[in-house]
Amino acid sequence: MSQPKIIVVGGGLAGLMATMKIAEKGIKVDLISLVPVKRSHSVCAQGGVNAALDTKGEGDSTWEHFDDTIYGGDFLANQTPVKNMCESAPGLIYTMDRMGVMFSRTPEGLMDLRRFGGTKNRRTAFSGATTGQQLLYACDEQVRKHEAAGMVTKYENFEFLSAVIDDQGTCRGCIAQDLNTMEIHKFVGDAVILATGGGGMIFGKSTNSVICTANAASAVYQQGVYMSNMEFIQIHPTAMLGDDKTRLMSESARGDGGRVWTYKDGKPWYFLEDWYPAYGNLVPRDIAARAIYKVCIEMGLGVDGKNQVYLDLSHLPSEFLNRRLGGIIEIYEKFHGDDPRKVPMKIFPGVHYFMGGMHTDWNHMTAIPGLFASGECDYMYHGANRLGANSLLSALYSGTVSGPAAAKYVTGLKKLSSEVGSKPFDQEYKRQVEWDEKVKKMHGKENPFQLHEEMGKAMLKNVAIVRYNKNLKENDNILQEMMERWKNINVVDNNAYGNQTVMYTKQLWNMMEMARVITLGALNRNESRGSHYKPEFPDRNDPDFLKTTKAKWTPKGPKFEWEEVDISWIKPRKRVYNVDKEVSKKNG
Amino acid sequence: MDKFIHFKIKRQDKPDTSPRWEEFKIPYKPNMNVVSSLMEIRKNPVNTKGEKSNPVVWECNCLEEVCGACTMRINGVPRQACSALIDKIYEKTGFGTPIVLEPLTKFPVVRDLMVDRTIMFENLKKVKAWVPVDGSWAIDRGPRFTDREHRWAYQISRCMTCGCCMEACPNVNSKSGFIGPSAISQVRLFNVHPIGSMHKEMRLDALMEKGGLQECGNSQNCKEFCPKEIPLTVNIAAMNKETIKYAIKKWLNK
Ligand SMILES: Cc1cc2nc3c(=O)[nH]c(=O)nc-3n(C[C@H](O)[C@H](O)[C@H](O)COP(=O)(O)OP(=O)(O)OC[C@H]3O[C@@H](n4cnc5c(N)ncnc54)[C@H](O)[C@@H]3O)c2cc1C
Repeated sequence: MSQPKIIVVGGGLAGLMATMKIAEKGIKVDLISLVPVKRSHSVCAQGGVNAALDTKGEGDSTWEHFDDTIYGGDFLANQTPVKNMCESAPGLIYTMDRMGVMFSRTPEGLMDLRRFGGTKNRRTAFSGATTGQQLLYACDEQVRKHEAAGMVTKYENFEFLSAVIDDQGTCRGCIAQDLNTMEIHKFVGDAVILATGGGGMIFGKSTNSVICTANAASAVYQQGVYMSNMEFIQIHPTAMLGDDKTRLMSESARGDGGRVWTYKDGKPWYFLEDWYPAYGNLVPRDIAARAIYKVCIEMGLGVDGKNQVYLDLSHLPSEFLNRRLGGIIEIYEKFHGDDPRKVPMKIFPGVHYFMGGMHTDWNHMTAIPGLFASGECDYMYHGANRLGANSLLSALYSGTVSGPAAAKYVTGLKKLSSEVGSKPFDQEYKRQVEWDEKVKKMHGKENPFQLHEEMGKAMLKNVAIVRYNKNLKENDNILQEMMERWKNINVVDNNAYGNQTVMYTKQLWNMMEMARVITLGALNRNESRGSHYKPEFPDRNDPDFLKTTKAKWTPKGPKFEWEEVDISWIKPRKRVYNVDKEVSKKNG
Repeated sequence: MDKFIHFKIKRQDKPDTSPRWEEFKIPYKPNMNVVSSLMEIRKNPVNTKGEKSNPVVWECNCLEEVCGACTMRINGVPRQACSALIDKIYEKTGFGTPIVLEPLTKFPVVRDLMVDRTIMFENLKKVKAWVPVDGSWAIDRGPRFTDREHRWAYQISRCMTCGCCMEACPNVNSKSGFIGPSAISQVRLFNVHPIGSMHKEMRLDALMEKGGLQECGNSQNCKEFCPKEIPLTVNIAAMNKETIKYAIKKWLNK
């Protein structure tokens, strides 16, 4: 009898963790990734990963972690899955430690912890300032072990194009394209887990890697998967603006003592400490980003009259900085030139993280049976704003849920995908080949790279920190015009081999579909909550909007519906950071 | 007069075709790097002869020098293109001089500046570069690890498998089958981890096979080119010592 097989798309933390879990259950995995998995975007994460280890004598607890996360997310996250995540975190991080992650140590040889935003306790385990890299490598190594044992087959430099769905509506595998030969392949699998990360590229420039396009999510959105809470985009307060990308300066800089300031009346003004005495520089990201925006744009107090403020480490000892923050100091020095040990860094907010993503049930299965979503590409754990160091956790944790859930799903199937016949595969293959052929023959006037740049600029201008309904409406019109212009693209590369321009052009269409979901989701939500801020509606409005946004693809654009949020554990309360957080009241 | 950045790029259409040179000029802006320049070129790929060309193909990803993807030869030096700042290069070579971009030479070319570095990941398999835990489930706190050891081990763990050391090493070639400095250095990392060290013999055995430590000619080039400043030669020397000790012990116990 044939054995079930699972396809995992994406080899960041979420995908690798899911792969490990499935291989351990004796089920084979085909692992598909755009890049060699060791180069996945998770490698960029700097500051750390949260788990209430409580090794600092502060009385930290998984409940406090849970409450901080729900409060920080302005009560939009479903509470039960978040609670499960926070309770699993200590065990998970100890497991990563066993796998050899080079976590920074205390004199006693324990994992050290630092403080991050939106919390009062030290709860963030870290490896200097390259935590994501260390976690990713440990997962990569474990998966390599399974690969060497024949349980995992990697398809690197392959792009997922779409899911294969049979006439019962069940996912039976996927279609993916070899980025070198440009051949399109059918992959048979009994479940497919998408762990394809976020989509910062939709905003042109962000702290994300250039492969973060949300292309895979957009492809399955167009096949029937719902997108949830896409209007919630995290803008990180402290980034270095560059021509090619916005480079992050991690929150750990503030966690380790960094201070944000600008000049007012000729004197340094520590505006975060001034406005938010209870949390100071460690207010959550949405709050800090809006404060910097206000200082620069509304008050005109940016350093040197530009849109920038200082992030200052220069008062801290060099040896301490090298050891704890070497990774980001190197980045700033290499790309900017100045030495942050001596002079304050110049920073401004930049697009960073997608709280929203594919809608799934609590086992990470989408509306299409057999198709799962896990990691930054899902919508599950962060509500309206993510706390720093919670997303490495959610990526890892979601893999520990989606992997076993997919394994359970495939062992319960009546018919394996290898037994359903070739028809659904042939159909979807044909659709993708035709689309590819069509794009290859595009010889219009628009350059795809320029069009993308224009889209990014529009998104940054209209759908970022501060949102007005008039601008959002205009942005949707701009996007629709751009989608018309897309049809007039000139695919400037005529080489049949390794043609990145053809792939980019296809991704661009999918990014535009997703950009509309973000824009219209924001337009619909007439309130301010977490990262979503509308001066016309400055308050959170629970009666009308304590709801998950769900968008469904139609040929005319996204259609929206709403879903109740699980608030079964903690009663929603007002979220403020100038004073201490009120003690949580248990619901029910 | 407008200022230009000038590139001379070695191009190749696919793995089995022969390479050719092509030159491009783009308008100068401060703070550019090689990746942002290549991005500019693809927005309007016309070469210095005024001919329409195909966009240059290269690998890149994080643009922060942590993923290792964009490694190429820049003016003959293997390094990451994202952190190769044009202003810094021109400080050395003079403004407007052609910046020469070539693919790494120790790996098969895929197209233009993109190469296939699969062999490096295969080498990590050969030396069993992982901690053999019983499983990924939660058991308990991990082993204690001293801060002192953490500091040097952490340095090794930042290796991005970028290929600079392979490119710089005269002994890495298809004849020697040398696994190269980075894989050897990784063995030292796993052999110091409290759980990893329980299985250090299997890695030392791997280092003693063909293509292992014996192929190192001690030219010391590798450490000059490691972007993460990993003390590769120190690590290789340490592993040399370990394998010698291990070989003697093995021989005595025969
Ligand atoms: C600069 C930076 C710093 C950060 N620092 C922190 C931090 O300190 N703490 C924290 O908790 N979080 C941090 N984050 C966030 C965190 O890094 C990410 O949210 C997390 O790593 C996402 O992991 P993932 O597995 O979901 O996706 P990714 O790591 O993005 O992996 C996605 C995978 O999917 C593959 N893929 C994508 N699309 C396709 C396709 N169409 N076909 C085939 N394969 C595909 C890619 O090749 C890749 O392997 C940071 C983020 C950034 C940008």
